[in-house]
Amino acid sequence: MSPAILLFLALGLGLAGWLAARARAWTFRRDSANGRIASLPNYHAWYVALWIILPVLAFVALWSVIAPGLVGQSVLASPAAADLPDFGFQRQTILNEARAVATGAAPAVFNPQAAALVEPYREALSHYNLIGIAVTALIAFLGGTYAFLRLKPDFAARTKVERIVMAILLAASLVAILTTIGILASLVFETARFFGMVSPIDFLFGTHWGPDPMANPDNPDPTRYGAVPLFWGTLFIGAIIAMIVAIPLGLMSAIYLTQYANPTLRKWIKPTLEILAGVPTVVYGYFAALTIAPAIRDIALSLGASNPSTESALAAGLVMGVMIIPFVSSMADDSITAVPQAMRDGSLAMGATTSETIRRVLVPAALPGIVAGIMLAISRAIGETMIVVMAASTAANLSANPLDRMTTVTVQIVKMLTGEGSFDHPATLSAFALGFVLFMVTLGLNFIALSVVKRYREAYE
Amino acid sequence: MTVVHDNLEKTEAKMSAKGVSVFYGDKKAIDDVSIDIPTEYVTAFIGPSGCGKSTFLRTLNRMNDTIPTARVEGEIDLDGQDIYRSGMDVVQLRARVGMVFQKPNPFPKSIYDNIAYGPKIHGLAEGKDELDAIVEKSLKRAGLWEEVKDRLQDSGTALSGGQQQRLCIARAIAVDPEVILMDEPCSALDPIATAKIEELIAELSGRFAIVIVTHSMQQAARVSQRTAFFHLGKMVEYGRTSDIFTNPHEQRTQDYITGRYG
Ligand SMILES: Nc1ncnc2c1ncn2[C@@H]1O[C@H](COP(=O)(O)OP(=O)(O)OP(=O)(O)O)[C@@H](O)[C@H]1O
Ligand SMILES: [Mg+2]
Repeated sequence: MSPAILLFLALGLGLAGWLAARARAWTFRRDSANGRIASLPNYHAWYVALWIILPVLAFVALWSVIAPGLVGQSVLASPAAADLPDFGFQRQTILNEARAVATGAAPAVFNPQAAALVEPYREALSHYNLIGIAVTALIAFLGGTYAFLRLKPDFAARTKVERIVMAILLAASLVAILTTIGILASLVFETARFFGMVSPIDFLFGTHWGPDPMANPDNPDPTRYGAVPLFWGTLFIGAIIAMIVAIPLGLMSAIYLTQYANPTLRKWIKPTLEILAGVPTVVYGYFAALTIAPAIRDIALSLGASNPSTESALAAGLVMGVMIIPFVSSMADDSITAVPQAMRDGSLAMGATTSETIRRVLVPAALPGIVAGIMLAISRAIGETMIVVMAASTAANLSANPLDRMTTVTVQIVKMLTGEGSFDHPATLSAFALGFVLFMVTLGLNFIALSVVKRYREAYE
Repeated sequence: MTVVHDNLEKTEAKMSAKGVSVFYGDKKAIDDVSIDIPTEYVTAFIGPSGCGKSTFLRTLNRMNDTIPTARVEGEIDLDGQDIYRSGMDVVQLRARVGMVFQKPNPFPKSIYDNIAYGPKIHGLAEGKDELDAIVEKSLKRAGLWEEVKDRLQDSGTALSGGQQQRLCIARAIAVDPEVILMDEPCSALDPIATAKIEELIAELSGRFAIVIVTHSMQQAARVSQRTAFFHLGKMVEYGRTSDIFTNPHEQRTQDYITGRYG
């Protein structure tokens, strides 16, 4: 509650500073000889407002971290706190209860000992609230005054404001980067714990997967933690079968849409294709499990396969391929459309046919975008879980036969994390190691995609 | 209608437009233009912006086919045969009537592949040696050989603007066309690169029928022997370049070349 008050205070003060600075800048403008000042009045206004709001925001962030501690300390220092049980759980419960009542979050105390503490708590809270508000006002005043005093007719407020805005944008982009680093750090930590129990060699090169969450956690059987069948299943379903479907179909539809389709047809087909990308994967899963997988089994039977299963890598891969067609086609479409008309004209004027122009000029020129689209599609496919669970089973199987049941890394992550094992059992922790490998592979794919794009761009510009 | 000077030598028309009109949708961009294009001379099209020079030029190798709304009426003959007749092979036509655009548009391929593109498509070379020879010959004719002979595998887009434009000309002549259409080929170039291209045009003239669209009177005067003045979709006057510039018969031509408008 108190940080919210401080924020409103900051915004109010900022607005006041904004208005004052703008008024001041207008007077510069009136007084100047030619009616011009170095920056527009609004920039002066923003300069002062930002100098008020940003320091206050920094203070509020800091304050909301340290204030509860300060309050707690002063409560403990009060005479009523002398009767508190010495340590631990009980003491904390009492304190929490008193605080809840003092802040109004709870109607009344339950524990009589807490009752005595409510009053000190209330006092401490209002005491520190006052300090917070006073400091906020002081900081706002200092920042605002400093900025305001710097205003002059020839003050370069615009450059200053733009520099501040740039810093804010930088901070925003850092959030994403820091999150990534945070995710990676937590993954690395848990993965390291797992590798403390099972050696990375066994994990990365073993060919049998079947962790037993009920086994003794202190002495896991390393031969049950070979992840190769999972890597293979992921690769086979997501990067091979699905891509055999998605790359040609996606590319051909993009070429048709950009080069041959008439505008009305394009207006219908393109959004329809993109709807494919919005269908929930569970729905694809149904389709794969209920329609495609049985059909594949029937075909396999009629071709003389003995005892084919209803779940198969082929079913999952085919449906997954259809699912990612829009990723390939819309990236390819965009990058083919982005090839300048002058290229096309140049080729046609040489007497090339439309298809020669597409093959020899448009597709090579659009290649970076096409490759990026394919990489995106692959990362999407190997991260896909639902279709595989429903159509390709959870049984790890190292086989090159697309009619076999197979499983993938993501499916096993879910299975291990939701299994019966306790949280620090190696079977559960193996999920993190799998996640880590998946993360690295996806990172690698993106890296390759970026460098391909870069190399071609250098060559083509 | 079109004023055609009566002191012109008799030449055989390589291409000949007869009553050509071009529409973009309902809008008429070219109105009943008739002109003969000889091999012996370079023909310049001049006229204020938007008068239809590019439009008319593009009808000569049917590049207007790529614009869905464009429609052409009338007849355009190449060696006496209508290029708009049904059954005309556009691929063959464009191999015979090449085009150089206003902005250099080399393909994002190596210099070598840029030149080899046309010969490969039209199957002009048997084997690598012959292709190499065509590439070398075309680059030499375009006056680019000395500058690029050591880096044929570099990207064509890495050349300077003037070099790129000469590359595009080399690309166009690599398929041995009979007519070369140039749409303001020097408008993106500096005076030195422009001079090189003009030299090249002089070099090529006589061997190919050349049509050049230009906004620069001086350029038209320097490179061409025949000039056609276009205005508002009509061809106003056609004659020897020297006559058009010194002794125009039409007031509108006079106004344009003296800089009264455009
Ligand atoms: N693709 C198009 N669709 C519709 N109208 C067009 C198209 N291209 C050109 N036009 C119109 O046709 C007329 C002639 O255009 P064109 O490009 O031939 O002029 P231009 O003489 O080459 O001009 P400039 O000297 O500026 O290049 C103009 O009025 C133009 O607006
Ligand atoms: Mg033009």
